[in-house]
Amino acid sequence: MNVTERILARASGRKRVEPGDVVVAGVDKAMVHDVSGPGVIKVFERLREQGIDTGRLWDPSRVWIAEDHFVPSAEKASAENIVKLQDFAEKYGVGRHFKYGMGQYGICHTLSHEEAMVMPGEVYVGGDSHTNTTGALGAFACGLGHTDVAYVLLHGRIWFKVPPTALFVLRGAPPAHVMAKDLILRILGDIGTDGAAYGAMQFAGDGVYGMPVEERLTLTNMTTEAGAKNGIIEPDRRVFDYIGERAGAGAARAAEAGAAYGDGDASYESTREYDAAELEPMVASPFSPDNVGPARDSSSVELDKAYIGSCTGAKMHDLEAAARVLKGRTVKVRTEVLPAAMSIYRRAVESGLVGIFAAAGAVVGPPTCGACCGAHMGVLAKGEVCVSTTNRNFPGRMGHPESRTYLASPQVAAASAVTGRITDPRDLD
Amino acid sequence: MRPFRRASGPAVPLVRADVDTDQIIPKQFLKLVQRSGFGRYLFYNWRYLPDGSPDPEFVLNDPAYAGSPILLAGENFGCGSSREHAVWALRDHGFTAVAAPSFADIFYSNCFKNGVLPVRVTKGQAAALRAAPRTEIDLGELTVSAPPLPPFRFAVDPHRRRALLEGLDEVALTLEEHGAAISEFESRAPPRGRPPSSRLSS
Repeated sequence: MNVTERILARASGRKRVEPGDVVVAGVDKAMVHDVSGPGVIKVFERLREQGIDTGRLWDPSRVWIAEDHFVPSAEKASAENIVKLQDFAEKYGVGRHFKYGMGQYGICHTLSHEEAMVMPGEVYVGGDSHTNTTGALGAFACGLGHTDVAYVLLHGRIWFKVPPTALFVLRGAPPAHVMAKDLILRILGDIGTDGAAYGAMQFAGDGVYGMPVEERLTLTNMTTEAGAKNGIIEPDRRVFDYIGERAGAGAARAAEAGAAYGDGDASYESTREYDAAELEPMVASPFSPDNVGPARDSSSVELDKAYIGSCTGAKMHDLEAAARVLKGRTVKVRTEVLPAAMSIYRRAVESGLVGIFAAAGAVVGPPTCGACCGAHMGVLAKGEVCVSTTNRNFPGRMGHPESRTYLASPQVAAASAVTGRITDPRDLD
Repeated sequence: MRPFRRASGPAVPLVRADVDTDQIIPKQFLKLVQRSGFGRYLFYNWRYLPDGSPDPEFVLNDPAYAGSPILLAGENFGCGSSREHAVWALRDHGFTAVAAPSFADIFYSNCFKNGVLPVRVTKGQAAALRAAPRTEIDLGELTVSAPPLPPFRFAVDPHRRRALLEGLDEVALTLEEHGAAISEFESRAPPRGRPPSSRLSS
């Protein structure tokens, strides 16, 4: 069995599972946010009408809540959803609720690793499609619709069809200015937005294990853009240390003890190998994350805006990469930087990154999904063109249906902010 | 959930691949949490002109398809965000069946929970349905008929088929099939879920 199969077998009490098997798996952690939470509350109401008891959650200590899509509330409906979440958390005694304006909060997927909410080997589900992100810690992590999340909250288990796994192997260390984002964009270009539909995407090779955990999270995050059920990387010492730094030595030991791995003879539906030396800075052009090419081929694209934010592109490592490019330079287009969680925001202040961004002329905003999903905080007008460290560029994703978004790494976004057109960071010097 | 047995009407052709859930129901409507009333926002950005009037060029506004319960979509339909509002909007508009060459995973699953049948067809079958004046999808018989085409069969998981036919969502289906066993199990008051590996500190 490979690692995805191993975790699902363990969680369903089976010795062995194979792709295509349907298993009922126990869930270790479940998450809702300010869009899926109110959706789940609505499903609970319907269940009560059917005479089903929704009086308690299966295990409130394993449930957590994020406020991310519509905070800070720009209008009444968003504000009311936050109040609903708060009432829900209080009524059910939910373990952790990360509240906007009260210390740590941020994008749910970022909190999942920043706060070590999920451990290697666990089954983790969330009411958001990018829940796949957390697979970089070695968990089986996937997104569910509201009804399925409601079911999990009540019963602590859910059925899965064991996905076939496609393995992506990176050989060697990427050259300077090439980031994990460039690799995942390249992969998306190769396999397409339904290239892994119903499947698992696993990343391996010395190139992947040479990456810091935060870069690996970019890979698993965008498995969603290939339609994958989950993205996963078998955990190594770096993951245990990462968890230890956030949750203490006990958590690091527990992470190591609970970690799951594939067998030596694990089988994969397909294997693709990439030579890191051949990678280069990429962009995905409108209107699909698989519409991918080298950044240099788009250097004639004039921009109105640069956006450095989201669970994919505003982790500490991402901000550091952007700051290295922006240091001592000035932006030529409107540029926003939105750290993905308050803990990152604090570190960015303390380490001087915020000063670098501000000196370059960029705005540093509060952690939020913001304009990544076109919600608020700098959405695009008709005809505007944006380079963005986010993960989707479908029509209207970041604002007006006739705006255009180019997906790119933090380095490409920062270099492009400086020149006002799509720019390969290697061409800045 | 209302039972679903068959849907018939002219299949409304939405000839685009990779239609994501934000096209089905744009993000600004996610703040609304009632499960009904989303129909008017379905395909909002394509359906209305800037002045708010219906765009006559968009297929949903074509009187020839008015009231049809069948949507004929392109590949990878429902990709992107997991928002269940997308299915709520389709159902509220009156669609009870969506045929497409492929669906995104979470969307496909969400359909069954809200009384909408997703039907996987081949690209060739999809093209043929576009030319047929009328399509009937029969979940009881697992057939699609669209004269003058010869009828063809489709596959659905038997559990999900039964749930749709009887108007049971998965929870109701589970209770019906295993209600007695669940009550007996619950009466022994076992801990819910699986044994703890790690918990969140509260």
